[in-house]
Amino acid sequence: MFEDLRDLYQEVILDRGRKPHHGRRLETFDAQAKGDNPMCGDRVTVFLRRDDGRVQELGFEARGCAISVASADLMADAVIGHTPDEIRAMAESFVDMARTGVSDDAALETLRPLAGVHDYPSRVKCATLPWAALQAALDGAAEGVATSE
Amino acid sequence: MTGVQTGSVTSLGLADGQVGGNDVADFNIERVCQNFPILREKVYGKQLVYLDSAATSQKPQGVIDAMSRFLLKKNANVHRGVHHLAERATEAYEGARVKAQRFLNAEHANEIVFVRGATEAINLVAQSYGKKHVGEEDEVLITAMEHHSNIVPWQMLCEQKNARLRVAPINDNGELLLDEFERLIGRKTKLVAVTHVSNVLGTINPIRHIVEMAHARGARVLVDGAQAVPHLKIDVQALGCDFYVFSGHKMYGPTGIGVLYGRSELLEEMPPYQGGGDMILSVSFEKTVYNVPPYKFEAGTPNMAGAVGLGAAIDFLAGLEHEALAAHEKEVLAYGTRMLSAVPGLRLVGTAHAKASVLSFVLDGVHPHDIGTILDREGVAIRTGHHCAQPLMSRLDIPATARASLGCYNTRQDIDALVAGLDQVRELFQ
Repeated sequence: MFEDLRDLYQEVILDRGRKPHHGRRLETFDAQAKGDNPMCGDRVTVFLRRDDGRVQELGFEARGCAISVASADLMADAVIGHTPDEIRAMAESFVDMARTGVSDDAALETLRPLAGVHDYPSRVKCATLPWAALQAALDGAAEGVATSE
Repeated sequence: MTGVQTGSVTSLGLADGQVGGNDVADFNIERVCQNFPILREKVYGKQLVYLDSAATSQKPQGVIDAMSRFLLKKNANVHRGVHHLAERATEAYEGARVKAQRFLNAEHANEIVFVRGATEAINLVAQSYGKKHVGEEDEVLITAMEHHSNIVPWQMLCEQKNARLRVAPINDNGELLLDEFERLIGRKTKLVAVTHVSNVLGTINPIRHIVEMAHARGARVLVDGAQAVPHLKIDVQALGCDFYVFSGHKMYGPTGIGVLYGRSELLEEMPPYQGGGDMILSVSFEKTVYNVPPYKFEAGTPNMAGAVGLGAAIDFLAGLEHEALAAHEKEVLAYGTRMLSAVPGLRLVGTAHAKASVLSFVLDGVHPHDIGTILDREGVAIRTGHHCAQPLMSRLDIPATARASLGCYNTRQDIDALVAGLDQVRELFQ
């Protein structure tokens, strides 16, 4: 009965949504920003620590659904070790994948479980919200808003 | 009302000439449902179970037909033409005003101002009555359970006038603390704005009592009736309120039309809200003489088909014998409360003693959005999120709720479908 829903709620999403690996405020960080989804009131605050021009550590505090928490957690895995420019490119590819369900960007390999949201238009923003917050943090802005699809 | 009535005699008569006839029949939920064609829709191959009427209700055939008939047979601009169609259109539009007057038991038809909805009505009162009567250091009192539409217009007014917005608290069941409420009404309080029924909690507020407390201290009272009109019998004279506002679309009518009721003497001395056609008696570049209420507040060509649709929705509600409808809704709400309370890990939000057709809840370990998505795939439509009441969510210390809200067409079977869907949510998120 869950076949449909399993495309969205894959095991990794349920696991990470329940017990995120990076779900904490960093003790020391040099940028932070929050992402708000005004439609539903969900909020993700991202903290990051950079060194040598690369993101060394990323933590987040989230008040949101399984999709937004899992997306923030998988995002943290994916971006650590990358430069801001690489991360901005990943963010663009990710938003595209969330809307269309497909991507040929190899950098998104670990984020592919989130491609299922494209079948749920009202949930695309849940997946893209942490990326909006991360981009705002990289840009030195205080907050980012999940772009509408 | 008390207990559950069955077999009450009621007329299902809808708008004139509606499909289904005007015959007298027992209160029969199947017949009520037959009036709503959309309820036969399927989503993802499943039968639609619509539990989101507090967001917007579905529309009976009588409303759809009345609007269609207006556009097919009567459409012309109102209050302007000398030609026959213009007379038909004006008659239909003004006829809807009289229906709204009777619906609220207002003393005069000119106390009924057509607006886009409850939101516009509140903004109108804030920017017209409020701007004139609320001054520096005056106070506007609202409650912790208000919808954003009954918060933000007052915030805007208070900012413009350097006045103070005060908020009456609630208890954990979602009921107003009336002693606190009374203490907050002081000599600086110019206006009290309160919802009749909470869109999140379902709480029915004691409006008469609130009006008495406010009037004793010289404050005016605006009642947001958006969630009340589909469920309660409204009598603005008995309530004693100064303003009562509601939207058509939450009471089986169309979107884009609503009503501001204001007592004659208040509307008469209030300045216009918007300028334009229809709200004037004469215009020259030197001076404009404003029309009388309600036209003073209806600038521009109004939503004529919408008003006609609202009139048909009022006819539809009038055709459902109120006591029987109320008993039916009370019974389904009680059943829903019982069934949801038995779901492991579920907590109902809003357990006021006096409550209307809203079942808000949270489920351990599952965010409301995830609940909403999973139920949707089962054909069950609910609302999730903050319900345009973020300050209330903060007060309750929850980011969001899942909300099943009931209309006249909902049944025990709909509750069963909701509970079955929640079983699936729990299985997936175990």
